Amino acid sequence: MAQPKFLVVGGGLAGLMTVIKLAEAGHHVDIFSVVPCKRSHSVCAQGGINGAVNTKGEGDSPDIHFYDTVKGGDFLAHQPFCKDMCYKAPAVVYLMDRMGVTFNRTPEGLLDFRRFGGTLYNRTAFAGATTGQQLLYALDEQVRRFEVDGLVKKYENLEYLGMVKDDNGVCRGIVTTNLDTLEIESYKGDAVILATGGPGLVFGRSTNSMINTGSAASSAYQQGVKYANGEFVQIHPTAIPGYDKLRLMSESARGEGGRIWVPRKKGDERAPGDIPESERYYFLEEKYPRFGNLVPRDIAAQEIYDICVNQESGISGGNMVYLDLTHIPREELDRKLAGIMEIYEKFAGDDPRDIAMKIFPAVHYSMGGLWVDYEKTPDGLLDPKSPLNHMTNIPGFFAVGEVDYQYHGANRLGANSLLSCLTGGLVAGPAMVEYCNNLKGSADDVSSQLFESEEKKWQERFEAIKSMDGDENPYKLHQEMGELMIRNCTIVRNNKDLSDTVDSLNDYTERWKKCDSLDTGKARNHSVLFINQLWNMIELAKVVAKGALLRDECRGSHLKPDCKLDQPKDVKSPEYEAFLKTWKELNKKWLKTTIAQWVEDGPKISYEEVDTSLIEPVPRRYD
Amino acid sequence: MANMVKIKIKRQKDQRSEPYWEEFQVDYQPNMNVITLLQEIQRNPVTTDGRKTTPVSWDCSCLEEVCGACTMVINGEAQQACSALVDKFEQPIILEPMRKFPIIHDLVVNRQRMFDALKKVKAWIPIDGTYDLGPGPRQASADQEEMYLYSRCMTCGCCVDSCPQYTPDSEFVGPSALGQVFLFNQNPTGKFNKDERLNAIMGIGGIQDCGNAQNCVRVCPKEIPLTTGIAKLNGATLSQAVKNLLKK
Repeated sequence: MAQPKFLVVGGGLAGLMTVIKLAEAGHHVDIFSVVPCKRSHSVCAQGGINGAVNTKGEGDSPDIHFYDTVKGGDFLAHQPFCKDMCYKAPAVVYLMDRMGVTFNRTPEGLLDFRRFGGTLYNRTAFAGATTGQQLLYALDEQVRRFEVDGLVKKYENLEYLGMVKDDNGVCRGIVTTNLDTLEIESYKGDAVILATGGPGLVFGRSTNSMINTGSAASSAYQQGVKYANGEFVQIHPTAIPGYDKLRLMSESARGEGGRIWVPRKKGDERAPGDIPESERYYFLEEKYPRFGNLVPRDIAAQEIYDICVNQESGISGGNMVYLDLTHIPREELDRKLAGIMEIYEKFAGDDPRDIAMKIFPAVHYSMGGLWVDYEKTPDGLLDPKSPLNHMTNIPGFFAVGEVDYQYHGANRLGANSLLSCLTGGLVAGPAMVEYCNNLKGSADDVSSQLFESEEKKWQERFEAIKSMDGDENPYKLHQEMGELMIRNCTIVRNNKDLSDTVDSLNDYTERWKKCDSLDTGKARNHSVLFINQLWNMIELAKVVAKGALLRDECRGSHLKPDCKLDQPKDVKSPEYEAFLKTWKELNKKWLKTTIAQWVEDGPKISYEEVDTSLIEPVPRRYD
Repeated sequence: MANMVKIKIKRQKDQRSEPYWEEFQVDYQPNMNVITLLQEIQRNPVTTDGRKTTPVSWDCSCLEEVCGACTMVINGEAQQACSALVDKFEQPIILEPMRKFPIIHDLVVNRQRMFDALKKVKAWIPIDGTYDLGPGPRQASADQEEMYLYSRCMTCGCCVDSCPQYTPDSEFVGPSALGQVFLFNQNPTGKFNKDERLNAIMGIGGIQDCGNAQNCVRVCPKEIPLTTGIAKLNGATLSQAVKNLLKK
C-alpha cells in the first residue's frame, strides 16, 4: 500500500505516544480529540510513573516490578503484555526525561524516585505532584513539532461517534462530530486506534475529567468490539469529596510518608492536631505492618470503607478519614507535593501542611476496557513484530491507554497508568504499521457511498436527539444514574443490589427516550452532544453491573462479601491448606477475563482464559 | 428565599449573534464553586424570572485547575471556574467569556491562537528519537525547581486576557508563550536550540510587544514568574541581536 491512512482518536498520553511512533516512522497521522490535546485527562495524574531504575541501591529490577504488578492485579493481567510494560519502563522514564520533563532530582542530579502502593521499592519518578501534566505536555510538544513538519494533522474539538466497517467487517474509518458546529464528517483510515481514556462519568462523580464519558469505547462496543473486565473499576482510597467532582489526593502523599488514621474514640470531636498519638487509630499500619499505608489501592479503599461504614468510626461518624502530612517539613512538601497541596488548599480551604486532610475513596480508573489481542514469541514474551498487538476483534481497529484492558488485571498499582499509556503507545504504533503492511486494499478503494451512508445515519441520529422534547432532563438523569452506580457498583457489591441495578439501567434506557434536548442550536450545543454520550454511558453501565453480578468471587477491586474466602494467617496450619484448596478451585472458575458483547437486551457475558504463563498465581498478602 | 446564589451570565448564541444577559439563582451549598452553579443551571435551565432557557455552554474538563479549560471572566477577572469558590465572590457573580478570543457559544471561546504561538516559538526539545538512548543530562535540583515553575503553564489564557498588549488585532504571542521560550532555553538540551527560539520572538508579535504592564504575573493561577522570565529573555534577545549582527 502506498500511503496508509492512520487515524488516532484521543490526545492523551497513549494517543500522543502512538502518534509519535507513527510520525517518527515517516507516516502521516490524523489525530482527533474532544479537547485541545494539552487539556486531556492525563493532566490529572499526579504522583508519578513507575520504572525499576534502582537508583536507591535497593536491588529493584523490572522482574520485581512485573511481579508486584501481576500480584497487585490479583493475577488477572495478561502477563506477556505486563512484562513488556515493566521491561520498557526504565527506558520510557529516560525518554520522557530527554523530552524535557521537569522530574525531581537527587542531590547528584539524577532522577529521584519515591515509594508508591503495592511495592516495597522506591520506583516512582515524579515531577512535583503534577507528573501526568508534565508528561502530557512533553508529548504534546513533540506532536506539535511533527505538526509543524506537516506529518501530523490535528482535529481538536471533534468527538468520535462511530467506526465505518466494510462488508467484510474490516474497519475502514470513523465518523465524528465537530463540537463547535455539530457537523458530522467521516474520515477514511486503514488503521484506527481509540485512545479515549476511561469511563468515570458512568459513575456521575469520580476523580475523572468531565470528558471521560467512555462514550467512544461504548460506541465501539455497540458496534461489535468485545469489552473486557468491565466490572473491575478502581476506587482510589483518597479523594476530596465535592459536588461537581471528587478530586484526587495522590497516593504520593502516602509515598512521601502520609499516614491514614481515625480517632480511636468514636465521634471524637477534637481537632485532629489536638488528638494525641496514642488516641489515633492508624488502621492500615496496624493491619498491614509490611506495606502499611502503601497497601494496594483496592485494599486501602476497602479498609477505609470498612472503618467508616461497617465500624462507623469515620471522622464525626461520617464517611471521612484523616490523611495526615503535618509531621513532614513544609519545605519538603512544597518541593515534592506542591501540586496536591495547592489542590487541597484551593478546594477544601485548609492548609494540609498544618492540618490533616479529610478524605474518602472515589471512583478513579477502569482496569477493564476494549478487548485487544497480541502474539507471543516462543519465549512467552510479547512479539514486537505482530500486527495483532493492541488490535481489537475488529480488523484495523486498535485500542490503547485506559480504554484497553490487559495490563492491570483486577486492580492497578499506582503510577502504572502513565506507564501503560506510554508503553502501550510504543507497542500500538508499530503494530498499526505492521497491520497496514499486510493489508489488502486500502480505505481509499472502499466505495465512498459507505462513508456517506454512515454520515447520514449519524446525522439522522443527531436530528432525532435535537427534536427530543420529553420531560427528562438529561443532566438530572445522569446524576441519578451516577448515584445508583456509586451506591451499588463500587467498593462493596452484593447480588441483590447488582440485580436491581441491572433492572434500573434498563429503565434508564426507556427514560432516556423521554429526554428534553434543551437546546436546538448548532454552536457548541452541549446538551445534544451529552444526550448522545448518555446513551453510551447507560450501555457501558450495564456492562459494569452485569459483569459484577455474575462474578461470584472476590478479586482485586471486586469485593463481594457474600463470596469472601478468608485467608488464615498461619500458612503452615491445616486451615490454610483447606483454604488453598478452595482458592485453587475458585481460580479454576474465576481466573478468567470477563467478555461483554453487545446485544439488544443487555450485554452477553462470556469468559476467556488469562495468560498466566510467566508467574504462577498465589493468594495475595500484604501484612 | 434564604441562601440563594445570584448569578448573571453574558450569553451569546454563536459567533455572529449579539450578546445578551440572563440571571439565575441557585441554592447555596457550602464550599461550592462556579462549576457547580453552572451544572445546577444545566439541571434546571430556568432564569430568575421563571423563564425556561437553554443551558449555559462553557468549556471544562479536569475541574482541578490543571487542564486550563474552564477559564472565564468572573467578576471582571479571568480565572478557572473550577477553583472559583462561591464564598470568595460578591454577588451577583458575573460570568463573561474571555475577552481576547472569538466567541463560539456563551462562555466557550476559541483559544487556538495560543497554541499557534507555541508553534511559532518552537516550544519543544528536538529529540533524536523515541528509542532507548539512556537518561537525559543531569540537572541540579535548583535548576529543575526553576524550570518546574514554568512547566506548569496550562495555556489557560488568564495572562493574555489581562494583557493590554494582547488584543484581537495584535500579533503578540503573549506572556505564556514567552514563558515557554524561557523554559526550553533553560533546559540543558533545549539550550542547543535557544538561538532559534530567541529569533522567533525578536520579530513582529515578539517580546518587543510586551508593555511591561505586569498584569500577567498577577493573574497567573499557577503563579508562574512570567515577568522574571520575560525580563531575562529581554537580555537574551539583546545579546542575540548582537550575535546576529556579528554573524552577517
